Formats: sequence, C-alpha cells, structure tokens
Amino acid sequence: MCLAVPGQVEDIFERDGLHMATVNFGGVRKSVCISYTPDAVIRDYVLVHVGFAISVIDEEEARRTLAALDLTDELNELRTEAPIE
Amino acid sequence: MKYVDEFRSPERARLLSRQIAQTVTKPWKIMEVCGGQTHTILQYGLESLLPDQIELLHGPGCPVCVTPLELIDKAVAIARIPGVIMCSFGDMLRVPGSDGDLLGAKADGADVRTVYSPLDALTVARKHQDRQVVFFAVGFETTAPANAMAVYHAKKLGLTNFFLLCSHVTVPPVMAAVLRAPDNQVDGFLGPGHVCSIMGWHEYQELSLQFKVPIVISGFEPIDLLEGILRCVHQLEEGSSYVENQYARAVCSEGNKHAQTILLDVFQVSERKWRGLGNIPGSGYRLSEAYREFDAEVHFPVATIVTRESPNCISGEILRGVKKPFQCTAFGTSCTPEHPLGATMVSSEGTCATYYKFRK
Repeated sequence: MCLAVPGQVEDIFERDGLHMATVNFGGVRKSVCISYTPDAVIRDYVLVHVGFAISVIDEEEARRTLAALDLTDELNELRTEAPIE
Repeated sequence: MKYVDEFRSPERARLLSRQIAQTVTKPWKIMEVCGGQTHTILQYGLESLLPDQIELLHGPGCPVCVTPLELIDKAVAIARIPGVIMCSFGDMLRVPGSDGDLLGAKADGADVRTVYSPLDALTVARKHQDRQVVFFAVGFETTAPANAMAVYHAKKLGLTNFFLLCSHVTVPPVMAAVLRAPDNQVDGFLGPGHVCSIMGWHEYQELSLQFKVPIVISGFEPIDLLEGILRCVHQLEEGSSYVENQYARAVCSEGNKHAQTILLDVFQVSERKWRGLGNIPGSGYRLSEAYREFDAEVHFPVATIVTRESPNCISGEILRGVKKPFQCTAFGTSCTPEHPLGATMVSSEGTCATYYKFRK
C-alpha cells in the first residue's frame, strides 16, 4: 500500500491550480501531482505514490549508499559466484 | 529502472549477507514494519540469506488489512445508496465485509470504481456534479497527504458532492502498542521508509528512546532491507539503541514539510480501531472541523453495524509478530486469499496472504 515508484520528471505544467509533472517510469509516462515537491525540476527523479511525488530522490545519497558497499574488496570476489534467484 | 535495479544486485545482497553473518553473535528478532517490506523479504527469499540467529518478525503495516470490518460494511452500505459513486484503490474492493464486498455491490448494480489516485476520484466528482462521489480513503502517513490534497482541492473548487470515508492509521502508535504488549518479542525495527519520507523521523527518536529499541528506517528493495538488518544487528550487538536512516535517498530528518502542512490542515489525530488489534488512542486521522462537510460518515448516516470476527483467526498475534502464519490451523485450509477469515489474509500485503503466495 505504501508502494512508491521512482520516475524521471520530463515536463512540468499546471492543471486546475495544481503543480503537475509528466513522469517517465521506465518508458511508461504518467501525470503526477508535484505540489508536495515544488522544488522538483526536469530530469530529477521523484518517488511517486498514488499519483503524488512524495520526495525528490537525492542522487548523492543514493550513490553514497551503493559506494559504501562497492568499495569493499569482497564485492569483486562475490561477482564471480552464481546469481541468486 | 534507475534507483530500482542497482538496489536488487545479487552481489551486493551476498556481500551484505556475509557482513550480517560476521556481525551476529546472539539471537535477535527484528520486525519490519511495512507490508511492502514483508512482501520484498518473501518475494526475494531474503530470510535464506540471513544466519539462523536472525529472525524476522512481520509487522502491522498493511492499512488495508487493519481497516475495521465495520468500515468495510459502511463502505458497502454507502455504495448501495442510489446516486452514490464509490471510488477506491483496487485492493479495497475484494476485502469482505460481514455481508459481501464492494465488488459484490458493484455486481448488484452499485457504481463502484477503482481509482489510481484520489485526484482521479475528484475528477469523477467534477464530471458528475449531480451524483455524490465518495472516496474510500485508506492508508498510512504516506497516503494521507494525497487524500488530504483531494479534499483541500475540492474545497478550493467549491465542490459539494465529494466525500471521504476515512480509514487513516499512523505507524508510531502501533509500534508502541507492539512494544508495550506483555508478549512482545521485538528486539529492533526496520522503520517504514515511505512514511518517514512524509513525516521525518522525530517520532521514531522518541520511540527509540522510550523503549530502548534500535530503529533503522529502511527502503523497500532487497539491498535496502539487508542493509537495514545489518545496521540493526550492529546496534543490537553493541547494546545501543537509536534511529538510523538507511533510506537517505528518499528520507530526511524533518520529512516533507509541504505534505505535513496540508495533512495537518485537513486531518486531525484521532483514536482508531485496528482490525485484529482493537482501539489504539491517537493512532489515526479523521477530517478536521474545517473539513467536516466532506466526511462521508457525517453526510451518510449509516446505522451502527454489529460485526463479529472469526474466532479461529489469530491475526492479532500475527500483526504483533508473536506468531507466524504456519502456527495457525486455519492458514491455507479454511482461510485463503479467496476466502480470508481475518485482517492478515485480506490484502496481498498482509503477512498471511504474502506467505500464502510465496511459501505455500
């Protein structure tokens, strides 16, 4: 129920007094209300829940989360193991 | 998809699995709060990547599940009133009330519509100004701002035919209820990432301090959950308890102030009854005085409905993480997603329904 999906802002417009955006979810485009993320700009990634952007994804933080894992030497040796299903 | 695929990487999952195994020395029970997190854990078999000492308990975070039977009955009764259009998220339509579900009412001729967003329900109301449009507003703090915006906007547009049937619940009071129960088994929590995108983590700091319990706010992808577990195990092993934010790409300490402003204008905190758990003070929202005219329960007085839950259902214990679905004799026999007996089987994000799908 609290599912939220990341998508990229492609266009920003106004509809009936609401801040709206066209958001691309891996090829599927939807109109999304961005009244709660008024700072979102084109090319930003937003997290969308029931037609509303609830946050702008912080690219720097996302990179940091992954980098902390990827910096360990162990990761390279694990890459050679079989994939999990 | 960016921000999805990289958080499902098998190598990173294996690395975290190894780090967790290297960190743990004692048995710990960690509860993931959200139904969405439970779904990821079962779908990706994350428990198989954990050492035997770590047990995951599945929490009460499925708002569809905990919507009380009385309110489902009320929704069905209102939907059957001539002239009403009942709009709802798809997962509410099949939740059985005492006497049928919304889908059954639709089959009997009631105008019941599935919407993706509360704004879609508002569009229906603008298009059909001669009809009364009710939106069955279910959800946690993640969803409440969206539903609040629909009402806020309806007022701005001067619409008088749009109503909310409110079943809004909030996470921190139910976490406190879980911790206060005499049979509580939770040592640490994975906190609800998207709820905290809206609300920030101030309330969780209070909980962590009061109950001396580690809370790691976590995302919903496999890497997020495994990292959340690792950080939680770290705290438990070193005997500390504080709030950590694993989901920093989507959550900041103060949350989304724009959403909080509209949320607290349109709604006010109220007591809520949770299916399977009973009344919990201050655990939900209802419309505030200024928006009372949009309240479907005020506008459509429906006689008090007496309901009775199945005596064989142990969903209360499931919701608190005290029991697992396999410990219930009804699970998968007299209780299935097609014929659910109680809260945790009624929605695809309920613990019993998730076990049924992935473990049966």
